[in-house]
Amino acid sequence: MSAEVNTSGNPKVDTKKAKSSSLWLDSMSRLLKSKTSVIGLLIILTLIFTAIFAPYVATHDPTEQDIFNRYAAPSSDHWLGTDELGRDIYSRIVYGSRISIQIGVIAVGISMVIGVLLGIVAGYFGRWIDNIIMRFIDILMAFPSILLAIALVAVLGPSLTNAMIAVGIVGVPHFARIVRSTVLSIKETEYIEAARASGVRNGEILFRHILPNSMAPIIVQATLSIGTAILDAAGLSFLGLGAQPPKPEWGAMLSDGQAALQTAPWVIMFPGLAILIVVLGFNLFGDGLRDALDPRLKQ
Amino acid sequence: MLNYIIRRLVMLIPVLIGVSIIAFSLMHLIPGDPARSMLGEKATEDQLELLREELGLNDPLAVQYGRYVGKVIKGDLGESVKSGVPIAEELASRLPATFELSIFAMGVAIVIGVLAGVIAAVKQYSWFDNISMTGALFGVSMPIFWLGLMLIWVFAVILGWLPPSGRLSLDVELETITNMYLLDSLLTGNWEAFADAFKHLLMPGLALGTIPMAIIARMTRSSMLEVMRQDYIRTAKAKGLAKFLVIFQHALKNAFLPVLTVIGLQFGYLLGGAVLTETIFSWPGVGRYVYLSILGRDYPVVQSTILVVATIFVIVNLITDILYKYIDPRISYD
Repeated sequence: MSAEVNTSGNPKVDTKKAKSSSLWLDSMSRLLKSKTSVIGLLIILTLIFTAIFAPYVATHDPTEQDIFNRYAAPSSDHWLGTDELGRDIYSRIVYGSRISIQIGVIAVGISMVIGVLLGIVAGYFGRWIDNIIMRFIDILMAFPSILLAIALVAVLGPSLTNAMIAVGIVGVPHFARIVRSTVLSIKETEYIEAARASGVRNGEILFRHILPNSMAPIIVQATLSIGTAILDAAGLSFLGLGAQPPKPEWGAMLSDGQAALQTAPWVIMFPGLAILIVVLGFNLFGDGLRDALDPRLKQ
Repeated sequence: MLNYIIRRLVMLIPVLIGVSIIAFSLMHLIPGDPARSMLGEKATEDQLELLREELGLNDPLAVQYGRYVGKVIKGDLGESVKSGVPIAEELASRLPATFELSIFAMGVAIVIGVLAGVIAAVKQYSWFDNISMTGALFGVSMPIFWLGLMLIWVFAVILGWLPPSGRLSLDVELETITNMYLLDSLLTGNWEAFADAFKHLLMPGLALGTIPMAIIARMTRSSMLEVMRQDYIRTAKAKGLAKFLVIFQHALKNAFLPVLTVIGLQFGYLLGGAVLTETIFSWPGVGRYVYLSILGRDYPVVQSTILVVATIFVIVNLITDILYKYIDPRISYD
């Protein structure tokens, strides 16, 4: 807590800073006390470390083919074996972590930017604007998300970029609904009424007062959505609609390895495990974050 | 109650109009010429023009949409560009397979998920709670297409216990009535076919049901924990009611409402997830039909299927809402 003595002799306490820093510090301390959240955080940090230092962590070039070494079993030379073109599976998984992070950040970024904007506008302005936006969100939610993503990529054309756009679009309703409900409660608070009464413009109220106070649920949703986005994009790549060869995307690696299920199961075993562990990491961390930011939710 | 159902049905209309607009727009999101995209680079200008005429792509958008909706209302979903077969017929023949798979997966998910959630809540912080909730966490993070492949590897390739694909073995005969093989074999008393169809359903059903099972288990546990702290549960325990009755008749009944919401929402997930599961297990349902149509760039099929599946999903959610009243009569619809 920061305090200073002013000329009148009364202590001047920066209550706003003190309250906000303690809110976040309290949450972080609660978060780090949870074992599962720490495990999730460690998985995420390992993923980021692997992606950044991929050239040092990998043992081979991920696209280097060795046709004399096709479907080689795990060994000291190829830790997780090789695939149908003799490429090192471990190194492909390592480089695939870069694609997973890219998918998570871009797809969730799309969902978040569009969803937050729609939610904040619907919640703040209400009336017909809210009605139009929320009916649009209802319509989007009428589609099973993975099916809508599949249909979108099918018509836009199979590529990693289109897969990220599709996964991003189907994630919009979750952000919009969460932000709208948060804004609905915040806009009735006294400090927003005071800002309105003192003539502050709507844009400023929205982005300087309401948005910063809605960040907690947005951060939780974003963390949980990254795992879902990675899972959905891997599903699209598995169907041949996402990343295209020779990109070492984990879902695409599973798709390529299907033919060798009987003879070389390691080709599909390890990329799938990588997806599972990374998604688990984001889910564990997201769950922990939600409990830490709103302890009332913890059971 | 009847008023509520009528009001909800009326409210469905704008949602279904929106769904039809999105499904209709899909064809127009195709970059470049949709006819060229469907027929490929080798198609002649005459062939392209013929397809454009057939699909009405030369007309203004509003006219196209009006015609599309008019046909859909009459049950005409158009024809497959590749096979020329009416899409409604194809969907009608495949929907029972998808329903059978989805209902089986949901059944497995509800039975195991609710039981695990109830026991985990009653024995909070016990080894069962820890193991089942860790399992549920893995479940919600599971890539079902990978799980499907792993199940095939273990139970079909290594152990040879279960068939890796299809709905029924070639040497098993079954007279079909509903086209849901498990039900048909029961109706005709064909136990050999029942056992065979059940074996074929097990792996795809488990793969598809894993995520809903995990979500239902987590939701049941959390909802039960909240209900178990209520005064009326304490009263029921205090007056010496059997533990089983307290849990299942008093607590679960009241804890089931949020679980029911999850079940309704997860049914939509099952219809979407069926694309992946049916592709892996060569299950001849709607999901595999969509997948094959995407590979063949048969866009009218994709468009119609997504419209039908979204409509089913909306209706399932409506039924879920109506079921609330039966589970909790305190809910007022006025």
